[in-house]
Amino acid sequence: MFDTLKMKLWQKNQFIPDIKNAPIREQFRGLPKLDDSKCEKCGGCANVCPMGALSVNPLKIDLAKCSLCGACQRFCKNKAIEFTNYYKLGVDSLEKLIITQEITPENYHKKAIEVRKEICGIFNRSIKFRQVSAGGCNGCEMELNAAGNANFDMGRFGIDFVASPRHADGIVVTGPISKNMAYALEDCYKSTPNPKVVVLCGTCALSGGVFKDSMELNREFIKKYHIDLFIPGCPTHPLTFINAILDFIRKK
Amino acid sequence: MNYYVIKNNQRINLLDIPTIEFESLKAQLAITNLRPIAFFGADWGQNIKLYTALADDERGEILLSSSLIDKSVKGYESITKDNSQYHMFEREFYEQFGIKPEGHPWLKPVRKNLDNYEFFEMEGEQTHQVAVGPIHAGVIEPGHFRFMCQGEKIYNLEIMLGYQHRGVEDLMVKNPSNQLAESICGDSVIAYNNAYSQTIEQLGETKISTKAKLIRAIALEMERIAIHIGDMGAILGDIAYLVGKEVYGVTRTLVINTMLEISGSRFGRGLVTVGGVNFDIDKKMSDKIISTLITVEKTVDKMTKAALKSSTVMSRLEKTGTVSTETAQELNLVGLIGRSCGLNIDSRFDFSDEIYSALKRRPFSATNDAYSRFLIRYKEIKESISFVKHFLTELEKHLDEPIYTEPKAFIPNSFTLSVVEGWRGEIVHIATTDESGKISRYKIKDPSFNNWYGLSMAVRNNGISDFPLCNKGFDLSYCGFDL
Repeated sequence: MFDTLKMKLWQKNQFIPDIKNAPIREQFRGLPKLDDSKCEKCGGCANVCPMGALSVNPLKIDLAKCSLCGACQRFCKNKAIEFTNYYKLGVDSLEKLIITQEITPENYHKKAIEVRKEICGIFNRSIKFRQVSAGGCNGCEMELNAAGNANFDMGRFGIDFVASPRHADGIVVTGPISKNMAYALEDCYKSTPNPKVVVLCGTCALSGGVFKDSMELNREFIKKYHIDLFIPGCPTHPLTFINAILDFIRKK
Repeated sequence: MNYYVIKNNQRINLLDIPTIEFESLKAQLAITNLRPIAFFGADWGQNIKLYTALADDERGEILLSSSLIDKSVKGYESITKDNSQYHMFEREFYEQFGIKPEGHPWLKPVRKNLDNYEFFEMEGEQTHQVAVGPIHAGVIEPGHFRFMCQGEKIYNLEIMLGYQHRGVEDLMVKNPSNQLAESICGDSVIAYNNAYSQTIEQLGETKISTKAKLIRAIALEMERIAIHIGDMGAILGDIAYLVGKEVYGVTRTLVINTMLEISGSRFGRGLVTVGGVNFDIDKKMSDKIISTLITVEKTVDKMTKAALKSSTVMSRLEKTGTVSTETAQELNLVGLIGRSCGLNIDSRFDFSDEIYSALKRRPFSATNDAYSRFLIRYKEIKESISFVKHFLTELEKHLDEPIYTEPKAFIPNSFTLSVVEGWRGEIVHIATTDESGKISRYKIKDPSFNNWYGLSMAVRNNGISDFPLCNKGFDLSYCGFDL
């Protein structure tokens, strides 16, 4: 037992004190920064993008489809596309995910998630989620698990994952929603008591991602129900997830 | 015996593989003591071509054979009756091509028709069923588990998967990409991407630089270190030893954040590409990796020592979820789980390339239980840390080499096979091309394809409360299985 306690003392505090301004390594690929004036409209970047997220006339990236792989950045010799390490990517509508050259981190974040009185009123201090992996590759799931570990510790903000939809205020969906999971996902949604929120997490959930052409998907759920929050990333970084939820439940 | 013998990562002409009568193919599969690593069909005009690959672990060779089956054939006598290692392979073949293996002991769907399926049932006064899933209590992937219990004791665990099925093999034929390969199984990003890249490179016989190979191997070992540390934490979390869970969790963050510095993604997405790698490891980065790994090793050593001293930990781990070596052999368990059950297989050394051939395999004395599965992770972390250090010194000899080579066009009528030892075990990727040089079939086998049945065996005669502990020890992939 003393060894265990010693271990605890030796490790000291590991959590990130200020999660809203937490530093992240500069190599991280977050919000892209585009410069149309440098673009020669050769279309090569759109060809190397396996997700079909890019168009060149004018230059824009759809973050709902983009897996942040950086292939376009490596291809473009003129440096028209550059990925910054800005990680607060969550938005409340899909249109806001279309990145043009006017978008900077500041104006992206300002408009990203609008304050909704009813949400801040009810969920301000605690929001519990049921997570459903509907065809996810385990990347987003691991990052969501990591959001609860001693580093990120989202529990201190009242954000948690619970075991049953009956205990939850909303569901977090990861994965492109396979045919085989469509029924279970809808069942889970119906079992969650009102008022409830739906969060889509990761590129696959947002658009089908790399699996968008698969015959084995059934994405009716997305069309049928109102989605409150879209969080891009492949996989979504814990800081991206926690900050999106905090912007959603708290007044700025 | 009618085989074509190849090495790992070798391109051959598709028509070089001998095509023999189905009956004689079956006969030679039934008597061999080599384990199967592939058994799959492909469309071949009016017929279906059945390919089989056997692994000769001692010689590091792969034995290929094939047979033509007419599409009008409805069934054949099952091989599983004589050799239980074909159990899953035959079920998969039946599901994909509709040719029924008659007399198969347990012909259930693999990835389709999930609504109604048969399962083992038991009747009696104290017997009851516990059905869990597809959505589980934690943040994990979906699968359906049905326990047959008497009181607290599990008699049988029926595992039904397929909920994650996304049609990966078809997508690989239509539109193959590194990004797709990375998303097949998001916890083995590097291993899958290595296997995919090697397969695709071989289709055009592209040779990549030693430097690129070394960086791939470093990333593969870093992935192994990170996931093993996370798993040791998860095992301790499931027996409520929370200090262990958190300390290992925090230590894992160090490793994956180093990965982020190398490649811009915590799991190494975007690092490996067909033709080499996208990111270089320079001297500065190399020093950083070494200093991180020294910290990691120190923490893991200390934590493991403290955990194994604790009697609450040991009493839960020891003699829980035992799988005997004979059962493991019979079921063809592979990778980490196979080694924890006393099988001496590791495709890094069995099918070694120029990178791994300089390294030595270290023995592990297995006790076949949850303790064995905990301890082997500790051993492999230490081993991988020393491998990474070795690779980093090797890397200094190849500093001027390019990290990327332009891949060549695919050669028509090719067959390539690549085996990569991911942290879970052997990942097998197979690709064939048609006359025009396009990919005509892509086959993937995850180690979980073999090992899920092992979990079912491990929990037999254990308390149902020990299931999470066994499950975390195995830590199998749902999406790698479901594809």
